[in-house]
Amino acid sequence: MPQTELDCKGMRCPMPIVKISLAMKHLQAGDRLAVEATDPAFHPDLVAWTRQLGHTLVEFQAGAVQRAVVVKGDRLVC
Amino acid sequence: MSADACIAPTGGVTILLFSGDFDRVQAALMVAIGAAASGFPVTIFFSFWGLTALRRKSRFGGKSFLEKMVSAMLPGGIHGLPTSRMNFLGVGPRLFKTLMRRKGVPEPAEMLEQARELGVRFVACATSMDVMGISADELISDVQAGGVASFLDVASRSSVQLVF
Repeated sequence: MPQTELDCKGMRCPMPIVKISLAMKHLQAGDRLAVEATDPAFHPDLVAWTRQLGHTLVEFQAGAVQRAVVVKGDRLVC
Repeated sequence: MSADACIAPTGGVTILLFSGDFDRVQAALMVAIGAAASGFPVTIFFSFWGLTALRRKSRFGGKSFLEKMVSAMLPGGIHGLPTSRMNFLGVGPRLFKTLMRRKGVPEPAEMLEQARELGVRFVACATSMDVMGISADELISDVQAGGVASFLDVASRSSVQLVF
């Protein structure tokens, strides 16, 4: 399945979530979005955001640069 | 996507922004942007000092003496907001803007633009505008006027209501 890369390094809350949500608009259900970020709140925010919108966090690597892969859900959100 | 096929997330977020302080405006806009990015319909009501965040210019013509005084004393817009603490005659906001830029945090003016791009609705309290003598042409575009009834209407249909 197609995977899109998104660089959110150096961005602070809420900008990574904003950029991810804008990037998601161009993807189809089942597509993968890989994100790199350095924001300390990135992991809890991403967990909350995926739950809110019905996407799935399938991969997460902690570290100075965190890396996450999100699969787009099939819920259409207004 | 068609309007009837999409699912609205639970309720919405309604923010009453009463303050015109740099830090409170910043916090309100951060929540608004985060909520809009999470799929919530978001409305911000700008009331009293909060209106200064929407000002884009000052006009003195056609105003009473007292209204002119208010116009002259209010910050010129979102770029000129004072901090609620440590303002130090305007040094405080410059200090925080520098720190925020270094740390990758957008400042209030950028947040306002981002909020608009994400579809956040801006409503200006009509009574506050009238009291302060602020007219619609002094505000940024895409601002609707509203009153208490419109605030309550939107707030009562939201699941999150916040006051800043």
